[in-house]
Amino acid sequence: MKIVLDLSKCQGHGRCYSLAPELFESDAEGNSVLLVDGDVPADLVDAAVLAADNCPEFAIEIER
Amino acid sequence: MKQPVEAWETDFDHTHPDYAARAPEIWDELRATCPVAHSDRFGGVWLPTRHADVAQIAHDTEHFSSEGVIVTDWKPENLAPMGYAPPITSDPPFHAIARRLLLPAFSPREIARWEPSARESARQLLDEMLAKVGDGGDVVDAATEYAQHIPVRVIADMLGVPREDGDIFRGIIHRILETPGEGVGIEGIPDEDRLDTYLTAAIEDHQAHPKDDLIGYLLEARLEGEPLTVDHIFGTIALILIAGIDTTWSAIGASLWHLAQTPADRRRLVDDPDVLPFAVEEFLRFYAPVTMARIVADEVEVGGTTLGRRDWVLLPFPAANRDPAAFEHADAFVIDRAKNRHLAFGVGIHRCIGSNLARMELNVAVDEWMKRVPDFELADTDPAAVTWSAGQVRGPRTLPVRILKTNATSDGGH
Repeated sequence: MKIVLDLSKCQGHGRCYSLAPELFESDAEGNSVLLVDGDVPADLVDAAVLAADNCPEFAIEIER
Repeated sequence: MKQPVEAWETDFDHTHPDYAARAPEIWDELRATCPVAHSDRFGGVWLPTRHADVAQIAHDTEHFSSEGVIVTDWKPENLAPMGYAPPITSDPPFHAIARRLLLPAFSPREIARWEPSARESARQLLDEMLAKVGDGGDVVDAATEYAQHIPVRVIADMLGVPREDGDIFRGIIHRILETPGEGVGIEGIPDEDRLDTYLTAAIEDHQAHPKDDLIGYLLEARLEGEPLTVDHIFGTIALILIAGIDTTWSAIGASLWHLAQTPADRRRLVDDPDVLPFAVEEFLRFYAPVTMARIVADEVEVGGTTLGRRDWVLLPFPAANRDPAAFEHADAFVIDRAKNRHLAFGVGIHRCIGSNLARMELNVAVDEWMKRVPDFELADTDPAAVTWSAGQVRGPRTLPVRILKTNATSDGGH
């Protein structure tokens, strides 16, 4: 599974790093930082889907 | 007295008592029959109720200005790009500058610092509230004896003003947000004088005795090497005070109102505390307290309707959150909803800067209440016993509940 974070859409809602702290963290202003290099480890697939499904800005895309 | 509303499609009034009492029904009716409703009140105002239309407007800062965010008979003019309460009333490009100044103070890491004192407040309020009731199932007001005090204390601590001033600023906020247009002053903002007086004294106190808090931070802040203007500092403090209190009070109160009449959700929170973060998001979706507003900067089409320049537009985030086109089972409260892109904090560049703070307070308030009062119900089955605020912030202002079961300490029960 691939994951892409579109920073031009991110407004710092913080849903992704709350729900999937293994995949995302907050920068000093609350915007999201993707911690993996595009590939989602198998054990974090559910967390990745949860993060994408809860982003109000549709800033996270996943490709299976 | 408000003029009676003839038809919600053509004559709605978001400050009317009927709207306060049954806004969710009105939004559902309008979404089905007239998704971009209009009223001639307040000099002309639109009410979109579909998720897509609300999100379109919130994202479009070219056609919609934030110069005015509270719909009243007074319409701000020529205040852009800063507006009277930056950054919420600011437009690009100034908006980003004013917002970045504040963002670090509201980041998740900074907000986490305030959680222990919020928890302490909640426990203390529960102790005081329960000290007055016996074991026989007595009645308390969850809105005025509990929910209302938690955000007031946190905001007072963050700004660096006395917690005891809560009553003063609650009164000011109530007039500005819940009775807009009544008692209009010289510039049209109700009782501006009183807010002026209060904030001026708070700022002078900080100038005389520098402190490490938000007011102190704004006084020290520099933009391109220059101190912030007095209007900027004043407007931002007013914003934090006004936006951070009624809103969170409403969300906490509405959540307890829901739990009071939903035994299955009370049981779920007690049996499965891990569901709390999901419950908090569903409370925010279903009972989103805030409706924002914009002024049309340039004629534009929304949902097939043309909105004219300088018209008001309301952004009812709670209406968007109940749109079946955007949410499965939109009309059902699903405590563990896994897919929840709700708009309680808005979308786009004006995403509520206090969202981390509000989430922390709502989480703490519900968690501490459920640990201490795992079982409770509405004291009166008559819906009129619970009163809801009108205007752009919606929440219960009286919430009589009967306590059915308590745990001796906050740590009990689990």
